[in-house]
Amino acid sequence: MKERLIRLEVFRYNPDTDTEGHYQHYEVSCLEEWVVLDALNKVKETLDPTLNFRWSCHMAVCGSCGMMINGEPRLACHTFLRNYPGTIRVEPLVHFPVERDLVTAPDDFMEKLKRVKPWIIRKDKQPIEQGEYRQTPKELLRFRQYAMCINCTLCYAACPEYGLTRHFIGPAALALAHRYNQDSRDQGRDERQEVVATKEGVWECTFVGACSEVCPVHVDPASALQQMKIASSFDWIKEHLLPGGGK
Amino acid sequence: MAKSNKPVVWFPFAAGGTVIAFFIPVIALLTLLVAFGKVPAGLSYESMHSWLADCVLAKLAVFGILALSLWSSAHRLRCTCFDFGLRIDTLVAAVLYSAAIVASLAAAMFLFRL
Repeated sequence: MKERLIRLEVFRYNPDTDTEGHYQHYEVSCLEEWVVLDALNKVKETLDPTLNFRWSCHMAVCGSCGMMINGEPRLACHTFLRNYPGTIRVEPLVHFPVERDLVTAPDDFMEKLKRVKPWIIRKDKQPIEQGEYRQTPKELLRFRQYAMCINCTLCYAACPEYGLTRHFIGPAALALAHRYNQDSRDQGRDERQEVVATKEGVWECTFVGACSEVCPVHVDPASALQQMKIASSFDWIKEHLLPGGGK
Repeated sequence: MAKSNKPVVWFPFAAGGTVIAFFIPVIALLTLLVAFGKVPAGLSYESMHSWLADCVLAKLAVFGILALSLWSSAHRLRCTCFDFGLRIDTLVAAVLYSAAIVASLAAAMFLFRL
């Protein structure tokens, strides 16, 4: 197996001692088939144990190792060194406050996620003896793609709108709202519309589409938002132009 | 927070986007055909002009295509201005939508004078 000397340019920030961040260079020998996360782990193990970053699964499932790699939001465990011939610049995800080195605080996303109620809401709950809510494969396909989200927040780092307008609910949370709206077992769309159809919801999106490009698990949040814009527009017509609010 | 009234401007934008997606390739193809001097007789300027002059439905269709495309372009440009950090959205929106409306009215006047 081929080894290569990898040069990393890593953003460092210690809130206890630093007033602002700076970049530190590391050179570390890595196998060509390693990912950026392996290189960071080798730096931490052999060169600098003070370097901080989040990671857990190493297989693009947990969504913890999101960072800017050469300026693009990516999962470090999903980014192969062989695709980066020169120095690799590693920075914390943009649009989120930096806690320390490559660790960011996702609190804003977590708060917005709760606001869209990403769980199944039932108006009429059937007793457990009546069994489960059954669903056909076709009904499952309507939302399955959006259920693949791993909450890595790469789409928030990619979204210029979220960067400019922090009250925007943002791609992942809205795509998850769409996921539950599309679920045949769910009856909570009206409740979610109170957030989705506001200015902070889908209407802040200008359809740049970067969210869908960076998603490591091929969710397409941009399509979810467009579909919700169309549905919300029909709601608006019903509410404002039809007699009795279309009810 | 109240639901947004954005559908008022977004719906014609979306309709215009669809219209543009369908008709721009046709316009590009026609332009290429003109450039190579290979315009089919039915699509020549003169025959299209006389067809438009005679048929009210054709005028309405062309007006629809133009007005929706103009609105869509105005809205897209408004979003682009915002994305580029121009934080005077109300003014930008007023100028661009007014331009789209004025140009649509001008197109209507031209079409119905034919």
